Amino acid sequence: MRFMMLMYPQIEDDPESWGPDTESLQAMMKYNQSLSEAGVLLALDGLHAGAEGQRVAFSADGKATVTDGPFTEAKELVGGYWLVQVRSKDEAIEWAKRCPGRNCMVEVRQVQELEDFPPELQAVIDESPVSLGEHAGN
Amino acid sequence: MPGTDATHRAIDAVWRIESARLIAGLARIVRDVGLAEELAGDALVAALEQWPESGVPDNPGAWLMATAKHRAIDLIRRRATLERKYEQLGRMEERDQQPTEADLVAAIEDPIGDNRLALIFVACHPVLPTEGRVALTLRLIGALSTEEIARAFLVSNATVAQRIVRAKRTLAEAHVPIELPGAAELPERLSSVLEVVYLVFNEGYSTTAGEDWIRPALCEEALRLGRMLAALMPDQPEIHGLVALMAIQASRLRARVGPAGEPILLLDQDRSRWDRVLIRHGVEALDRAIHSGRMLGPYTLQASIAACHARARTPGDTDWEQIAALYDALAQLAPSPIVELNRAVAVSMAFGPAAGLELVDALLASGALNGYHLLQSVRGDLLLRLGRPDEARVELERAAFMTQNERERAMLLARAAGGAGESARS
Repeated sequence: MRFMMLMYPQIEDDPESWGPDTESLQAMMKYNQSLSEAGVLLALDGLHAGAEGQRVAFSADGKATVTDGPFTEAKELVGGYWLVQVRSKDEAIEWAKRCPGRNCMVEVRQVQELEDFPPELQAVIDESPVSLGEHAGN
Repeated sequence: MPGTDATHRAIDAVWRIESARLIAGLARIVRDVGLAEELAGDALVAALEQWPESGVPDNPGAWLMATAKHRAIDLIRRRATLERKYEQLGRMEERDQQPTEADLVAAIEDPIGDNRLALIFVACHPVLPTEGRVALTLRLIGALSTEEIARAFLVSNATVAQRIVRAKRTLAEAHVPIELPGAAELPERLSSVLEVVYLVFNEGYSTTAGEDWIRPALCEEALRLGRMLAALMPDQPEIHGLVALMAIQASRLRARVGPAGEPILLLDQDRSRWDRVLIRHGVEALDRAIHSGRMLGPYTLQASIAACHARARTPGDTDWEQIAALYDALAQLAPSPIVELNRAVAVSMAFGPAAGLELVDALLASGALNGYHLLQSVRGDLLLRLGRPDEARVELERAAFMTQNERERAMLLARAAGGAGESARS
């Protein structure tokens, strides 16, 4: 099973306070190494501050509106993610608990696989030349 | 109790993450894999007894390690006392230096993963029979239970238990040291490790529809072992090559079986069903293997071939000349009749069926693949492409007669009766 662990740093959305300091970066690198040495890490990335990003919101009739950061509800901003391959949700949670986080939240979400969709939706996905992204292995 | 079940699942997860490190650290001190596993198992039992009451500790890995460490130190002390008694009796003049407690603490901490790596090399030691290596590796490093291994390999629990017991005994009797192999030994020992990992992968890959979920899960186990090795020994290009090969092959798991469970050959697969995450992961691993600057090993060459297929958006985009060249290299490095047969297919796709048939006929004359249905099947397909349907039918029917697989037989007979068809392995 694949899980995405999404990191939500509970800090101000500005580029200065966004990045980690040396100490927490070292701790994070050590954590990443432990994921890697356990053979569970598929991918990871960190994101720039929301202040440097944009939001594209859609109304009920599908009209797009672009808003520049910073975003006031900074607690809902994703700061980065890990994609892990594990045997159970509990294993993913256990890994998330080991994250050397302070003042942050790690959300554990399972990646959707083809089988998770009802048959009629699977058929739609199958017809598309673009893959779902993850027709993941178990 | 509702909390107990959740705690047990949490313990399972912790065990899965921690057990290899735990056993590896303990094996370093007690110098015996079997004993180390017992001590780690004792710590697990203690957790199962205490955590449902006390709750899962904040740092469960450290808790298990501390518990196991105490037991190991107790054991060493008891041994030391026993030895002093023997010495007093004048029986034991010469004994191995027993480690002190400070040594123990130093050995059990594993800052760079050396312990785990040493354990992998011991579990895959060439002194063990292949099935013993596989069982011990999955048990000690993969944290799979005897029952899970038995189900995955379609054998009885007793058989697996016996393989593990024998393997541990053999290691003890052969005095295999629990340490990393020296430079001189490393190539042979590493190739034994990679062989075990790939064997586990192939066992999972050979699963057919409707079988126990744990069998295809072996592919995941093998990939996990491969990634673990790659992280612990990043300077070994063939490890990255094997990870790349397994990842790219695994990317096709969903595409290679049809709705009725029938096998779908590589060139007929719906490529949108290929797992892009695994392909990307595999291609990255392949880059690392290739950019090591060293000569490409057999796993890296096979991964390069797999990557050629992964890169082609449609079967028509496949770079068959490149694949044929890679098979040339593989045939020189690791010659085998199967490689030669695959080379013949690639050559036929790159340079036409006549060139492929020439290689297949040479193989046929050598007799190396006598009785192997794919030789006849490939030959039949090449004859079809050359516009020789009568000879083709004979070969395809012969292949159908030889295969053990019912679905494959039906496919071969259909091709024999119907004419055109392409051949490539899935």
